[in-house]
Parts: sequence; C-alpha cells; structure tokens
Amino acid sequence: MYLSLLRKFPLAALILLSQNLMAQQPVAQGVEMADRLRADGKIWVVVAVIAAVFAGIILYLVRLDSQIGKLEKEIKNQKKEVRPKTQDIDR
Amino acid sequence: MNKNWWKALAVLILSYVVLKGLLGVVPRQPILNESIRNVYFHVPLWFAMITLLLTSAVYSIRYLRNGRLGDDLVAVEFANTAILFGLLGCATGSLWANFTWGEPWPNDPKLNCVAVGMLMYLAYLILRGSFDDEQRRARISAVYNIFAFAVFVPLIFIVPRLTDSLHPGNGGNPAFGKYDMDSNMRMVFYPAIIGFTLLGVWITELGVRMRRVKMALDD
Repeated sequence: MYLSLLRKFPLAALILLSQNLMAQQPVAQGVEMADRLRADGKIWVVVAVIAAVFAGIILYLVRLDSQIGKLEKEIKNQKKEVRPKTQDIDR
Repeated sequence: MNKNWWKALAVLILSYVVLKGLLGVVPRQPILNESIRNVYFHVPLWFAMITLLLTSAVYSIRYLRNGRLGDDLVAVEFANTAILFGLLGCATGSLWANFTWGEPWPNDPKLNCVAVGMLMYLAYLILRGSFDDEQRRARISAVYNIFAFAVFVPLIFIVPRLTDSLHPGNGGNPAFGKYDMDSNMRMVFYPAIIGFTLLGVWITELGVRMRRVKMALDD
C-alpha cells in the first residue's frame, strides 16, 4: 500500500506539474484564448448547439428535396397519361 | 451510383468543418483571439458566392446563345442563392468586425464595394420583376447579369487592393500568408470552401426543380 502510493506520487506530481505548464503557455505567449472553456469541456456545449442547428437545416433541405422529387414524379406520370390520349384525338 | 452523392459529401464536409473548426488548433493572434475561427465560416460564404455568381453569369451567356428559357431559370436561381450567401456574409462580417475592428461597418473599401455589388444584384431581381413578357425579361436580365458580374469582380478583388483595407490580402498585405493561417487552419479552410459551395449548389438545384415543376403545372 505504502509502496504503491510512493510509486503513484511522482506520477501525480508529474501530471500536476505538466498541467501547470500547459496553463502557463498562453500567458507566456501573451495572447488570451478560451483555454478555460476548452479545459472545462464546455466547448462541447457550443459544438452541440451548432451541430443541432446545422442538422436542422440539412433535415429541412432533405425533406424539401424529397417533396420536390415526389412532385416531379407526379408530373412525369401525368404527362405519360395525357400524351397517348392527345395522340388518339389527333388520329 | 446515386446521383445525390455530392449532397452527402457536402453534409460530410460541413460536419467536419463545424467539428474541426471549433475544436481544432488555431494560431494565437492578438485582437483576433478565438474569433479567428470565423475564417472557416465567413470567408467560405464569399468564395461560394463568387462561384455561384460565375455560374449564374455562364448560364446567362448560354441563354443568350441559344435562347432556351431553361438556362435563364438556372441563372436566376444561382443568383438567388449567391445573394443569400452574400447577405449572410455581410451579417457574419458585421458581427465579426464589431468585435475586432470596433464597429459593425467600418469605412473599409472592401465593405463598401461589396455593398454596391449587393445592391447591383438586388437590382437584378427587381429588374426581372418588372417585365411581363418572358422572353424579354430573360434577354434583358441576362445581359444585365453578365454586366453585373463583370463589375462585381473588380469591385471586390481590385478596388480594395488599390487602397488600404482592413481585410487581409488587401492594401499590400498578402492574404492567406503565413501570418494569417497555418497548415492546421488550411486543413479546415479549404474543405469549408468546397462544402459551402456544394451546399449552395444544392439549394440552387432545389429552386430550379421547384420552378420547373411550377412551369410544368402551368402548361
């Protein structure tokens, strides 16, 4: 137990240290970015919202596409039905 | 092969752009900060708009060569989608400018030239609405459309470069140079252009088919 803790400690220290270094990076480079938002994982909320909007627009387009496709088919069928009749009249 | 494969491709590319555009690594730039990600969404809208307007002009030329009303119909729908993208581009640009340049519509040559260009294309739609005769409307608006494109290109590509502009790539500073974009950004930016262009073509295709259905119903 004691030994394993001893083994874990340097690892934990290393992780803590490296996180600290990561946090210092933006300050060192002098430009503030939304690092906190990313670290918290809240960026995924933004991703989810935009993805939902995008998915909604695409679904709308797909639905419109299929509806117009149905209308096109109807018109095609109508023309097929109408044409032989007019030819009969001509004869 | 399914003839709608390119629509799926558009959705795939744009999903990638949204994900990678928000989560990917971007250069740390002062003033811009995280808003540099707008490059993935604002700029491709304009690129797509230019492509759509060019196609519209090509269809107008085709109409004048062969006189088929079908070509004129395609030209209008391409112009419609291009205007939609242009308005979205203006809106997104205004939002972005408000935070980085300090005001929603700074007195920048690129912005003012684009405003003139948008008005030209809105006039194209009004011009179309003012004719009752189909052939007359198609012929005159096709000529106008070609002239409008011929003026639009120098307005947004040449005039802003002659003077000083806030936009990168104008007034002497190179666009897409190593100071604006790194290879990480290009991996998202170039697909975004293709994705938004395909989306525009898709919307245009729906409009064209809708008009054809209407014409068939009128006959």
